[in-house]
Amino acid sequence: MTNNLVEAKKLHKNFGHVHAVNGVDLNIKSGEIYGLVGSDGAGKTTTMRLLVGALKPTQGEIMICGYDLEKQVELARSTIGYLSQRFSMYEDLTVLENIRFFAEIRGLSSTEWLPRSMEILEFVGLDKFIDRRAGQLSGGMKQKLGLASALVTRPRLLLLDEPTTGVDPVTRQDFWQLVIKLVSGHEGGGVSVIISTPYMDEASRCHRVGFMKAGKIIAEDTPSNLRARLNGRVLELRGSPINKLRHVAHQDVDVEDVAAFGDKLHVRVRAGQADLIMKRLPDEIKAAGGTLTDLRIIPPALEDVFIALSESNHG
Amino acid sequence: MAEPVIVVENLTRRFGDFVAVDHINFEVQAGEVVGYLGPNGSGKTTTIRMLLGLLKPSDGKATVLGYDVFKQSEDIRARVGYMSQKFAIYDDLTTLENLTFYGGVYGINDKARILHTLELVGLKGHEHTLTGDMSTGWRQRLSLGIALVHEPKLLFLDEPTSGVDPTARRAFWDLIYELAEGGVTILVTTHYMDEAEYCERVGVMRDGKLLAMDTPTNLKKKIITGDVWEVFAYPLEQGIELLSTMEGVERVGLAGDHLRVISSQVKKEAMSDLLSRENIRVEKIESGEATLEDVFLALAR
Repeated sequence: MTNNLVEAKKLHKNFGHVHAVNGVDLNIKSGEIYGLVGSDGAGKTTTMRLLVGALKPTQGEIMICGYDLEKQVELARSTIGYLSQRFSMYEDLTVLENIRFFAEIRGLSSTEWLPRSMEILEFVGLDKFIDRRAGQLSGGMKQKLGLASALVTRPRLLLLDEPTTGVDPVTRQDFWQLVIKLVSGHEGGGVSVIISTPYMDEASRCHRVGFMKAGKIIAEDTPSNLRARLNGRVLELRGSPINKLRHVAHQDVDVEDVAAFGDKLHVRVRAGQADLIMKRLPDEIKAAGGTLTDLRIIPPALEDVFIALSESNHG
Repeated sequence: MAEPVIVVENLTRRFGDFVAVDHINFEVQAGEVVGYLGPNGSGKTTTIRMLLGLLKPSDGKATVLGYDVFKQSEDIRARVGYMSQKFAIYDDLTTLENLTFYGGVYGINDKARILHTLELVGLKGHEHTLTGDMSTGWRQRLSLGIALVHEPKLLFLDEPTSGVDPTARRAFWDLIYELAEGGVTILVTTHYMDEAEYCERVGVMRDGKLLAMDTPTNLKKKIITGDVWEVFAYPLEQGIELLSTMEGVERVGLAGDHLRVISSQVKKEAMSDLLSRENIRVEKIESGEATLEDVFLALAR
């Protein structure tokens, strides 16, 4: 017996000739927040759909909370809460009526649904708005209603498909505080969360991140360890004109990637080459007629790692 | 010095008692890439609609490319490009057919120019792909192409890379910088920090007011005057609660697998002592750097 809430082995999903998911293994521990990140079409959403049992894998097996998703589908599903990217709610029903609807279709009895709904609405901070029509809620509140609906059955595994697309940073902070509370025990404890996202600030909030590319997980680790892969390989340049600096940096053979960020550049260099590049770049920029005001090695961001991995030749 | 591309003076728009845009002032120079950052409902879109001459200001004035938004809105619309997040692309048409259709709307029937625009946005070789089959990143490139086909001098982008991954976003911004280098002025409205970080100057909107507009570097320097600490202490939840009660702490937030603390008074040792006393495991506390998100959250209070 393991304490993994999710164990997926050698998952494959083909659509005709397309291998959307091509040999994915996933082991998610109790209380873990796992981020599934990758480009459009990398297989994130297909993987999520396999895990909720909405799609049948072509090959492989999935155990959720000890239940075989194929043979014990109802039991397995009863442990899952799912918030999809396009969460639909009834705009002309109130907050409480929406929750009731979701609670009842998930099999909560007439005596159970009300106390549980009130408890979960209080948890997400919507208890003062139970009589408001869903259509009148702000974007952030709609999202919280979505989360409450996914949580009303007390799932042990919460699947979030790009949950904070379209919400501002303040709301995003609130949302993440709720997710952290869920996994750290506020709601009975030990809830695991799998979240898919194209945003790196969101990925960096996860305990572990799996990078998907072409249906495979090509890297899996904590955000800190992933960032450490590029330690000493990301330089920040400031100076003017920024376009000139950009062209000069691009031309250096040991430079792998250049990105302009407003008034500065981020430059990724080949392993072991940073010192040499830092010696020669100032001269190259001067020769091109540019001015360099600042050049330093900066801590790599998860975005740098993502781009480096996307360009690599795994799989 | 050339005349600014956008000049906004005390621009205001009321809807009944509600002030959607409240006496804002700014200028944008030719070839600049300027971000306009704020949550939904902060007045970003209302500003853009006034600059496009689609909505009459209640007060103040604005010129775009030298034209008055009150009196010369048609001249403005003929010369600016607008790429909206919710732009309608015909899924059952190919990229070339979509661009030809929208080119026609602007009176552009020159096939060579249409093909050149497709090449510019990196869709050469995909002229005959049905747009319904393309990824979000590619559809966004096509939307950009549609906004560029009449060769505007000013481009408004509304959350242009919403929902795309970092690789596609990077590629998109490479394109934007090439356009800016060619003299096109770009104004990007967004509520994503990831997008705002790419801009040369960023304006922060909140409740109809323009709270600040400067380079990302200056915004960070001026608005985040305290120190930023990256605190790796577990469990995170108890860490947040404890640190937010600490005197002199301006803000505690979650930043992934650790906490971010902003304070001009509290030092590393004091935080470490407090956390350890309450049996919170402190792995490490490092000095960090301010981000645009910190700026946004600081201004949002």
